[in-house]
Amino acid sequence: MTKTFQGRVVTPGAAKAPALVSHGGFNTLASYQMALMFGDKQVKCGDQNNPDLYHKPMIGKALCLPETIGSTTGGMVLYCACALGKQPACMLFSKPIDSLAASGAILAANWTEAAMPVVDSLGEEFLAYVKDGMTVTVAEDGTVTVEG
Amino acid sequence: MILTKEQRAMLEGRQGETMAKVVKTLVMYGEAFGAERMVPVTSRCGHTVISFGIGVMRPVYQLYDQLLNANAVSRQPFSADPRPLDKHIPSSLLQDLVFKVMYSQQERYEEQLRKLGLMGEDAYTCACYLPEAGNTPERGEILSWAESSAVVYANSVLGARCNRNSGIIELMGSIAGFVPEFGLLTDDGRRADWIVEVRTSTLPDAQLLGSAVGMKVLEKVPFVRGLDRWLSRELNERTCAYLKDFGAACASNGSVGLYHIEGTTPEAADLGESIIRENAPVYVVDDEELQRVKDSYPCIWKDPDAVPKLCFMGCPHMTLGQLREWTDRVEESLRAAGNQKVLIPTVFTTAPAVKAEFEKTEDARRLKRTGVVLSTICPLMYMNNPLSKKMPVITSSNKLRTYSSARYYSDEEILAKITKEGK
Repeated sequence: MTKTFQGRVVTPGAAKAPALVSHGGFNTLASYQMALMFGDKQVKCGDQNNPDLYHKPMIGKALCLPETIGSTTGGMVLYCACALGKQPACMLFSKPIDSLAASGAILAANWTEAAMPVVDSLGEEFLAYVKDGMTVTVAEDGTVTVEG
Repeated sequence: MILTKEQRAMLEGRQGETMAKVVKTLVMYGEAFGAERMVPVTSRCGHTVISFGIGVMRPVYQLYDQLLNANAVSRQPFSADPRPLDKHIPSSLLQDLVFKVMYSQQERYEEQLRKLGLMGEDAYTCACYLPEAGNTPERGEILSWAESSAVVYANSVLGARCNRNSGIIELMGSIAGFVPEFGLLTDDGRRADWIVEVRTSTLPDAQLLGSAVGMKVLEKVPFVRGLDRWLSRELNERTCAYLKDFGAACASNGSVGLYHIEGTTPEAADLGESIIRENAPVYVVDDEELQRVKDSYPCIWKDPDAVPKLCFMGCPHMTLGQLREWTDRVEESLRAAGNQKVLIPTVFTTAPAVKAEFEKTEDARRLKRTGVVLSTICPLMYMNNPLSKKMPVITSSNKLRTYSSARYYSDEEILAKITKEGK
């Protein structure tokens, strides 16, 4: 079964990847800190307070989330993840993007070679529908297709 | 976004490719939030949240080299968050080794900050707005700051205007000299979305009240009623210190960038309830609600009954008044318990300039005699490694609790633990 959602493009690009879904706020610093520090190739999520993602590999996944939370270093951390090639395939927000995630995505788009399309405002239905492992395709115009 | 002729020229590369990328970054940042124009940064100083030279963050230092090579430096002096290291803090040999490896880029990064426009060697504090620290913005000034606790204080208590920017973006605003106008920079973005009614039986712990409010309103703007039963409506030292801790908890347990306190903070005092949006929901905070919030904090220590090995006070950094007050409290409580020194290694943290001021007084010698260590370190950075994470550390900072394995206790509980109980 396939379902399509329309969002707003924050940073452009196309991607196709398996979904990884966080229903709670994604704490960027807590999620990436240990993986970056210890060179974890799978970039497993280190946020103990996020039962959806804790210990799951994040690299190359279509990260589906409501918003990011936590430290104002969040944008910098996301930028570093992208610069080090440890980023998700794309970030898909059900809500309008927050200032920290936007900063990270925009810094990555302008100052790194990483490809990480970011789409926001996909709606609550998107996050209710998409499940871990479903195939997610992001088009340049912010259309997100979920299969599985 | 409509840009001025000068801003357009910068975007098109008149001041070089690197400056063009800085401006493009700020334009995209603004467009993500519907900003229609850029506004000049009008504060005397900036503030950056990035104060640490962690090896793994080398892309940041490479980016800053790129900025420096293009002479794209800050147009204003700026302060920075606290340093991550202090040899006076109790630590094991293994921890010292980990810190050395982990912060291998510290010297390189501090040199970059100096070249980019750091105010001075004592400019490392999260509470840069304290009078002694020399970076206190005026009401209405536009800031390009990051550090959630500083931003929420500047917006709320000082009436300055700043969004919750990320690290790196804040520096780019100071380099360009302008920032996109959206959110907390606009009159509409500063209106209150929530009403908070404080109905507790005594003055609540600032850090616990802030936590409750932050968790409830998330990124929205609260208007708080009822604190004037215990706190002066005048923005005096005591009220400002309370609001510093309240705001830091609001900002870290939620993502509050601005709050209004009825009759006290500048916009609430001037505009009254007209600043509250129509049909704003009401959150009642009473003793039971605060207990519920406190009981909801998970203890992530491996052994929940472990004896604390360290106590941190001062996240965000303590004010001069707080240092004096806590010196009295620790001394009196030790005396009452028949003890000479604190029973748990305890560190109070404050801004370098506040520490220097405090050390001119007899109070500093009294505090030292209690065994409390006074430092300018960032407790969060100290906790930010696998070894420290395994340590049973206690704190009355709800920010430190949120971002580390430190366990939260109220001020009264902390006082009892470090002076009487030792566990």
